[in-house]
Amino acid sequence: MQAVERWLATSGGNMGGNRFSDRLLPLLFVPVIFISVLPMLRLAAEGLFVQGMPSLDYVRDVMESSQTWRATAHSLYTAALGTVISVLIGGAFAFLVALTDIRAKAALVFCFMIPMMIPPQITALAWVQLTGPSSALLNAIGMAPALGSPQPLYSAEGIALLLGIQHASIVFLTLRANLRLLPREQVEAARLAGARGGRLWWQVILPLTSPGLIAGTAMAFVTALGNFGIQAMLGIPGNYITLPTLIYRKLSSFGPAALGEVSVLAMLIGVIAVIGVLLHHHLLGKRDYRLMGVVGRPLDIRLGARRIVIEILLWAVLVAILVVPLMALVATSLVPAFGVRLGFDNFSFDAFYQVLFVQPATIRAFHNSLLLSVGAAIVLVGMCLPLAYVIVRRPSRLTKLVNLLVEIPYALPGVVLAIACILLFIRIPVLDISLYGTLAIIFVAYLARFLIIALRPVMNSFMQLDPALEEAAQACGAGIGRRLRDILLPLAAPAAAAGALLVFLTAFNELTVSALLWSAGNETLGVLIFNLDDSGDSVLASAVAVLVVGVVVALMTGFQLASRHLPKGVIPWQS
Amino acid sequence: MAVINLRNITKQFGDYRAVNNVSLDIADGEFVALLGPSGCGKTTLLRLLAGFEEPDEGTISLAGQVVADGVSRQMVAPEDRNLGIVFQSYALWPHMSVARNVGYPLEVRKMLRAERDRRIREALSIVSLENYADRSPSELSGGQRQRVALARCLVMEPRAVLLDEPLANLDVHLRETMQEAFLDFHRRTGATMIYVTHDQAEAMAMADRIAVMDRGHIRQMAAPETLYREPSDQMVAGFVGAGAVLPVGDITLQNNGRCAVRLGDADISARICARVASQTGANDALGLCLRPEDIRVDGHGTLAGKVEDCVYLGGRFRLAVRLANGHALPVYSDLRARIGENISLSVRDGWVFSRQEAA
Ligand SMILES: Nc1ncnc2c1ncn2[C@@H]1O[C@H](COP(=O)(O)OP(=O)(O)OP(=O)(O)O)[C@@H](O)[C@H]1O
Ligand SMILES: [Mg+2]
Repeated sequence: MQAVERWLATSGGNMGGNRFSDRLLPLLFVPVIFISVLPMLRLAAEGLFVQGMPSLDYVRDVMESSQTWRATAHSLYTAALGTVISVLIGGAFAFLVALTDIRAKAALVFCFMIPMMIPPQITALAWVQLTGPSSALLNAIGMAPALGSPQPLYSAEGIALLLGIQHASIVFLTLRANLRLLPREQVEAARLAGARGGRLWWQVILPLTSPGLIAGTAMAFVTALGNFGIQAMLGIPGNYITLPTLIYRKLSSFGPAALGEVSVLAMLIGVIAVIGVLLHHHLLGKRDYRLMGVVGRPLDIRLGARRIVIEILLWAVLVAILVVPLMALVATSLVPAFGVRLGFDNFSFDAFYQVLFVQPATIRAFHNSLLLSVGAAIVLVGMCLPLAYVIVRRPSRLTKLVNLLVEIPYALPGVVLAIACILLFIRIPVLDISLYGTLAIIFVAYLARFLIIALRPVMNSFMQLDPALEEAAQACGAGIGRRLRDILLPLAAPAAAAGALLVFLTAFNELTVSALLWSAGNETLGVLIFNLDDSGDSVLASAVAVLVVGVVVALMTGFQLASRHLPKGVIPWQS
Repeated sequence: MAVINLRNITKQFGDYRAVNNVSLDIADGEFVALLGPSGCGKTTLLRLLAGFEEPDEGTISLAGQVVADGVSRQMVAPEDRNLGIVFQSYALWPHMSVARNVGYPLEVRKMLRAERDRRIREALSIVSLENYADRSPSELSGGQRQRVALARCLVMEPRAVLLDEPLANLDVHLRETMQEAFLDFHRRTGATMIYVTHDQAEAMAMADRIAVMDRGHIRQMAAPETLYREPSDQMVAGFVGAGAVLPVGDITLQNNGRCAVRLGDADISARICARVASQTGANDALGLCLRPEDIRVDGHGTLAGKVEDCVYLGGRFRLAVRLANGHALPVYSDLRARIGENISLSVRDGWVFSRQEAA
C-alpha cells in the first residue's frame, strides 16, 4: 500500500511544495473517485459474481446469446454511420464558418448549436411526427405517405441519420476550436508556395486540423453509441434493437433479476467505447502538429461567386435539420385530438393547457429538471476549480489517473452509468440508507456524468494562464487559499461559467440517465416526454417538447443577448 | 535587505543539470547581475532563490536562515520568504486595478486600509505612476506595466528583489529609461537586487558585480571592469565584450604581474592572471585576450594583418583584421580601411589566462 502511495506521489514536474496544504490536495480526489469510479467497479462486480462467488456464468450467458451480437452489430452500424453523417455536416459547417468569408456567421453558429441542446428524444419525436403517415404537417399540406405504410425512420438508417444530425455540433465545436488556432500564416505560406483549391484543402488545412477532426469523430462516435433517446424512440417501435435498448428492455421486463446480464452488456458497451477512445488517443499521439505563429485574424478565404450558393446550401441544411422537424413538433402539439387532420381552422392549444394546468407532472418535471441541472452546474463548478488546479499545476501519476477516470462516466452510455448508480446507491453499505427512488440518485449520477464537461474548460483556462501570475502572488506572500480566491478564481471565471452553462443545458434535457433512475414524483423532463410518447400520448408529448425547446432557445438567446456584458469566453458556442 | 548565500546548489531536470554545483555569496544591498547565454540556467537559479524550485543538492540561506536544503528537503515556501520578484512577462493581474496590483502584498499581510493606501501612493510615486492608480493593467504601455510590477515588489519592502530579464520586451529607448529607474530605485532603497539578463551591456551598466553563467556553472563572478579586463577563462573572455582570444605559447614572466608574449613578429607586454603566473610549466594552453581599444592601427606597428571587413560605427570604424597566424582581431580605427589592405598594428595591453576550463 505504501509502495502504491509512493508511486502515486512521484510527480512529473512539481512546483516544489512539500507543505501541509499541498499534502491535503489529494483529498480533493476522494469525491471524484466516489462518484466516477466506485459505480463502475460496483457494476463490474455484479456481472462477475454469481451469488457472491466469482463466476463467468453471466458472461457466458450473454456471449452465447445471438441477441447480444445482433444488438452489438446494430449499435456499431448505427453509431458508425451516424458518425460519418456528423463528420460530414459538422465538418463542412466548421470549415466554412472558420475559414471562409460567408456572411452571418454568428446566426449560423447559434442555429447550428440548437440541435445539440434539444434532447435527443425530442429530436426523434419531431422527425417521427414529420415523416410518418400520420404527420400533422404533411397531412396539412396533403403530402403524407399513405396510411398503413411503414414509418421510414423506424430503421437502422433512420437512427443513424438522427444520430448524425444530433451530434454534428460536437464535431463542429471541436473542429472549430482547432481551426481557431490555425494561424493564417501557415495557409498563406502554402498559397505562396503555389497550393490552391483542392490541394490547399487536402494537403495543408485538413492535415493541420486533423487532431480536431479525430477528437470530434471519436467523441461523436462514443456519444452516438450511448445515445438512448433516439435509439429507443426509433428502434423500439421498429424492433431494431441496439445495446442500450437491449439493456433497457431486459431491465423493464425482468427487473433486478436481469442485473447480472445487464452488467455484462454494459461492460460490452464500455469496451467498445474505450476502444474508440484508445484509438483516438493512438491516432492523436502520432500527430503533434503544434501550430506555430501568432493566432491573429481568422482566415477569410474568398469564395467569390460561389459564396451565395454555399450560403443558401448551409441555411437549407439548417432548415432541414432544425426548422422543419420543429415545425412538425409544433404542428402535432396543436392537433385538436389524436388522428384528426390539422388545418388552419381547427388548431387548438388544449394540449398546452393540459400539460401546464391540468397535469401536475409537467410543472413537477420542469421543477425537478431545473433543480437538478442548476444544482449540478453549481456543485460541479465548485468541485472543478480546485480539481483542475491540481491536475494542471501539480501533475503526478495520481492526477493523470484521475484525469482519465473522469472521462469514463461520460464516455460510457448513460444507461450503464444509471445502472451502476442504482447498484451502488440502492443501499449504501455503512450508512444503511438508500438513495434509490429519490431525486438524489439522479443528482449523483449527473455529477458523475457531467464532471468532465465542467472540468475541461476550466483545465484549459488554467493551462493557458501564465504561471507567473500565480507565482507573483506567491512572492507577495499569498498562500494557496488566497491565490485560488484572489488570482485564479477571477481569471478562470469565464471558463467556469462556460462549463456551468454547458452542464446546465445538457442536464436540463437529459433522458438517458434519468430514464432508469426516476421514480414517481421524481421525473425529469426527458422522462416525462418519453413516457407520454411511449403511452401513445404523442400530442401531449409534443406539447411538452415544444415547451422545453422554447425554454432552451429562450435561455440560449438570453445568454447570447447578454454576451456583450459577459466576459469573453462565457458563451460556449462563441468561444 | 539580506545576505544571500548559495552553497553547492544543483538542480536537475531529468538527467540534465540546469544548475550545477553553484556557490554564490551576495552581500547586503548589492546589485548583482546574472549574465549568460540562453538556456544556461539563469532563470532556474532565480527560481531556486525565490523558492519556486527545490534544489536537489546544496543549501540556500537568506540572512543566515536556511530556506532550502537539498539534503533534508526542508523548504521555506515562496510566500514566506519575503522576496520580491519581477517577471519578464510582468505578471500583473488583469482583473485588478494598478493600485490593487501594487497593494496586494499589503492586502495579504492584512495591513490597515489607510496605511496601505499611503504605501501604495508612495510606491507609485517612486516609479512615477501616481496618476495611473485606477487604470487597469491592460491600459498601460509595456514600460508602465514593468514599473507597476516593480512598485508591487517595492511596497512589501522585500529582503531582496529578483528580476528576470525585466527589460527584454521593451524597445531600446525605454530600456535606457527603465535601467535608470532600476538604478535609482536601488540607490534610494539600498535593496539587494539580483538581475537576470543575457544582455552584457545592461549587466555592465547596472551591476556592482556580475556572475557569468554557462551550462549551469558560474564561470566567474566579479565587478564589471574586472570581468572585462581580466576574464578568468575562454568562455567569459568570449562572452563579455568584444575582442579576440589568441592561443599563445611562449611567455616570459616579468615581476610586476605582467609578462611578455611573442605573437608573430611582435613582442607584446600583457597582464597575466596570478594563478597562471604561479603555475609555471602549464604554459601550453594559454590564451591572450586582446580588446579592440588596446590595439591601434599604427604605421610603425610590428603586428601585421590584412583587413577583411570594415564597419562604420559612428565616430569610428571597426575593422576585422586577419593575422598571419590565421586568427581574426577586431580593431577600432579612426580612418576607413580598404578591404584587402595590409596594415600594421601596435598592441598596448593584453591579458593572459589559462584556456583550460576550471571545472
Ligand atoms: N521545468 C523544466 N523542465 C525541464 N527542463 C527545464 C525546465 N526549466 C528549465 N529547463 C531546462 O534547464 C535549462 C536552463 O533553463 P533556464 O530557463 O534556467 O535558462 P535561462 O538561462 O533562463 O535561459 P533564457 O536566457 O533563454 O531565459 C534549459 O536547458 C531548459 O531547457
Ligand atoms: Mg530565462
